[in-house]
Amino acid sequence: MDKIVIENLSVRYSDGLESLRHVNLGIPENAITVLFGPAGGGKSTLLRVLNRLNDLSDVDHLEGRVIFNGQNILDPRTNVIELRRKIGIVFSRPVPLPLSIYENVSYGLQMAGERRKSRLDEAVEKALRLAVLWDEVYDRLDAPGTALSGGQQQRLCLARVLALEPEVILLDEPTSALDPVSTARIEKLLGQLTDQYTIVLVPHNVQQAARMADYAAFFLQGELVEFAEGKNLFVNPKDQRTEDYVQGRFG
Amino acid sequence: MASSDWNRPVITPRQMERIGFNLLRLIALLTVLPIIGLVVYIIIRGLPAISLEFLVGFPRDGMRAGGIWPAIVGTIYLTLGTAITAVPLGVAAGIYLAEYAADNRLTRMIRLAIINLAGIPSVVYGLFGLGLFVLFLNFGTSILASSLTLGIMTLPVIISTTEEALRSVPYSFRVVSISLGATRWQTIWRIVLPQALSGILTGVILGLERAAGETAPILFTGVAFFLPRLPESPFDATMALPYHIFVISTQVPGMPVQIQYGTVLVLLVFVLGMNLIATLIRQRARARRQW
Repeated sequence: MDKIVIENLSVRYSDGLESLRHVNLGIPENAITVLFGPAGGGKSTLLRVLNRLNDLSDVDHLEGRVIFNGQNILDPRTNVIELRRKIGIVFSRPVPLPLSIYENVSYGLQMAGERRKSRLDEAVEKALRLAVLWDEVYDRLDAPGTALSGGQQQRLCLARVLALEPEVILLDEPTSALDPVSTARIEKLLGQLTDQYTIVLVPHNVQQAARMADYAAFFLQGELVEFAEGKNLFVNPKDQRTEDYVQGRFG
Repeated sequence: MASSDWNRPVITPRQMERIGFNLLRLIALLTVLPIIGLVVYIIIRGLPAISLEFLVGFPRDGMRAGGIWPAIVGTIYLTLGTAITAVPLGVAAGIYLAEYAADNRLTRMIRLAIINLAGIPSVVYGLFGLGLFVLFLNFGTSILASSLTLGIMTLPVIISTTEEALRSVPYSFRVVSISLGATRWQTIWRIVLPQALSGILTGVILGLERAAGETAPILFTGVAFFLPRLPESPFDATMALPYHIFVISTQVPGMPVQIQYGTVLVLLVFVLGMNLIATLIRQRARARRQW
């Protein structure tokens, strides 16, 4: 079943650069959907449209529909605050807020109005355990988030999203700033999250795309070239351009 | 002579660089000399005048003896009054400009106005304050009128430093906060403002410091030549250090030079003290900063 359905989505930035052209895509529930392709293909743009973070950038043309839970989230009447609690995002560079570890994880809930200390404590521990960070930080939750290593910071960012118990998690090259060991941990972690969450991942290279994809969508210059189950797309691509890219003939 | 000799430069590029940098260093040091000279000179000439009686006593003998307590108190009142009028307005305007204002004609006009406001000579503010606060609003020559005048004069500094401080907070914090379901309002209060606070405070103090040392804006609006007692309400006139210095330097014949320098020293300590506080705040914040 599709968790999010993207219909005929076109996005153009105000400097005239077209970022997405007539994209149609269904994002399957409880699976990892990988959006990959060369830089400038519109993957990040698509991610940011999915939780309306594009509101912050200079988009002057937005067309099409994105259906999530039966509603078009591009509708101007959409409650974007609620939406962002249900569709969380992790960025390529880990950016802990200038707060303690505890406050970083509980930030979303606090902003949503949760004041009860017991609830917050519970949510923080649960999220940190889910992000496999609890054992490393449980005794220094009051330390600043920046005191953690890069890999830990990225798991903190993931925990921060998980604490809101979202339905969908978007990840924009979450391991591009990390070492191989941390990368492996994050990848393993993402694999375990799919029984509860729908994940949309922009990987930072083709190998990661191939490793992680339950489903994969190949983007080239704003166009969705091909979408298929991961094993089919990487082993047996239908489009010549996909095949060329997957096999490293361009990139 | 070998052919390579005659086109060899008189000095090598390396020597040129050394000469150049040393010249620049010399010039930089020269700019520090006047300020050091000034401060040292005033300390030397003014220090003998400083005593408890001088600091907390009233002027006597037509100000040729006694202390400068009313002027010190007056300057403190005026600085506080300026803070009360200028800080909330200036910080609010700075927040609006940095965080909310769209880049349109209105915003550009506001910015232009602020820049121009900063360039207006202080005596013009004084006349404006006289016209608006003292006469039209009928506050009389008073601490209130002077504070408002100084406040308006200080606004541009506070607005632009506030805006600057907010803009220096990394944009990524805002994106992250918004992405976690915070509103822009929450983002500003919880993340951006706390991070910008030290910068804002520094700007506020530097703005107030300038106001504390000004003479022209208070000249027409609230300052008195001599008052036998301390002001009791915002509608009273007051004495103030900068104007007092002017008075005892030009208006009182037979004035002991020591008292003049002593008064200047007190004002200098007041102003440099504020500067020092601002510097300390900035350093502490920088040490704790996580980005």
